[in-house]
Amino acid sequence: MSSIEERVKKIVAEQLGVKEEEVKNEASFVEDLGADSLDTVELVMALEEEFETEIPDEEAEKITTVQLAIDYINENLA
Amino acid sequence: MSRKRVVITGLGMVSSVGHDVESTWNAILNGVSGIRPITSFDASAFGTQISASVKDFDVSPYLEAKEARKMDTFIQYGMAAGVQAMEDSGLVVTEENASRIGCIVGSGIGGLGSIEETAITVNEKGPRRVSPFFVPGAIINMIAGNLSIRYGLKGINLAVSTACTTGTHCVGLAAREIVYGSADVMVAGGAEMATTPVGIAGFGAARALSKRNDNPQGASRPWDKDRDGFVLGDGAGILVLESLEHAQARGAKIYAELVGFGTSADAYHITSPSGVGAEQSMLNAIADAQISKESIHYINAHGTSTPAGDTAECNAAKNVFGDHAYKLAMSSTKSMVGHLLGAAGAIEAIFSVLAIRDQVAPPTINLDNPDEGCDLNLVPHTAQEMAIDAALSNSFGFGGTNGSLIFKKFQ
Repeated sequence: MSSIEERVKKIVAEQLGVKEEEVKNEASFVEDLGADSLDTVELVMALEEEFETEIPDEEAEKITTVQLAIDYINENLA
Repeated sequence: MSRKRVVITGLGMVSSVGHDVESTWNAILNGVSGIRPITSFDASAFGTQISASVKDFDVSPYLEAKEARKMDTFIQYGMAAGVQAMEDSGLVVTEENASRIGCIVGSGIGGLGSIEETAITVNEKGPRRVSPFFVPGAIINMIAGNLSIRYGLKGINLAVSTACTTGTHCVGLAAREIVYGSADVMVAGGAEMATTPVGIAGFGAARALSKRNDNPQGASRPWDKDRDGFVLGDGAGILVLESLEHAQARGAKIYAELVGFGTSADAYHITSPSGVGAEQSMLNAIADAQISKESIHYINAHGTSTPAGDTAECNAAKNVFGDHAYKLAMSSTKSMVGHLLGAAGAIEAIFSVLAIRDQVAPPTINLDNPDEGCDLNLVPHTAQEMAIDAALSNSFGFGGTNGSLIFKKFQ
């Protein structure tokens, strides 16, 4: 079983069409990985699907980097 | 006001018999059918189980995987044809010319497959599972939108949607932008991918489709006594239209001249043709072209292989051309690539241009026994080499909307 970090990075790479090695923890979806506002909505949907959870819109808006996504999943699924 | 001349300088196409213009045209001239059993979904419960779908298409030369994922298949086909046409034209878009280059690319139905799948998602999983890319990935004007974004085309940007006449209307209206002086270059055409469960069921319910499931390649048989409806086809056709002076100034390759565009409405029935509407469309195109009827040597017919439509078009051609109808050649390439709805007029415009380029009329395959009154030279089975000065391409759509284009050898 992959770690949460690995699973998050794999989804980010798939959704944003970037290489997994580019998906660094501190990377911002919009500024570093080329996402637009619609990409970030779809990315959150993919995270919800992968981790079988529901992320409220007001929480989703705060998830702007890879690390924040990992933290959110760790805090809410642990 | 002087009228600008319009020439064709770029072509692009995706069809069931080829993934570009030359491979498709080569197949067409050899009478190759692209019609096969449907494999994209389980069609066993459907009356019609055949289509002219695009097989093994690789979109990666045209779109990044990330972009393609956000687009319905009809948009992917349109983008592929659009990129091919732009590259073929050699046109370079600059800050200076961008606002003089427009785009009119439509579709008959648009992203039907995406709409179907998303309707299932929203019913089964709820509204939160609907992708933010559903709407921009399914609506009809997104080929025009995406081509303008990709190439920086800042002129008029439209999608006309007039059922099976979409492609013809897009090309004709694009030409008028140039004729009128509003644009120097126009990217125009249509795309379709409606061979989905709902598409096949819907056209089937309208009794429009062939049910010759046991002989797919013999199913589309325009003007033949045993025709029983059309075969849905997928793909896209895009043309680059340009003012003659703009094309000559940049030394562009010129395929042919677009000299006439005519339209009409039947004002008759939602799906059945009136016949006189088709005549008026052809007459209007001939008047617009200001050429003699006798210089038209080839007609790429609407010729869908429906019982009513084929006979009506044959009679309309006789009424328009009189004795000359028996001297020209009229064929239906739908016998091979099926009916591409909103893309039909665009790919058939391209076939008409290539018929002029190569001085050859493409065949109507499966025309074994012409129906009563279908006694013109309908180019049965094999292509005919012949002198073609001008070619006319017809499209007639649900709602009784008609369009005709006339192309002429460039001189």
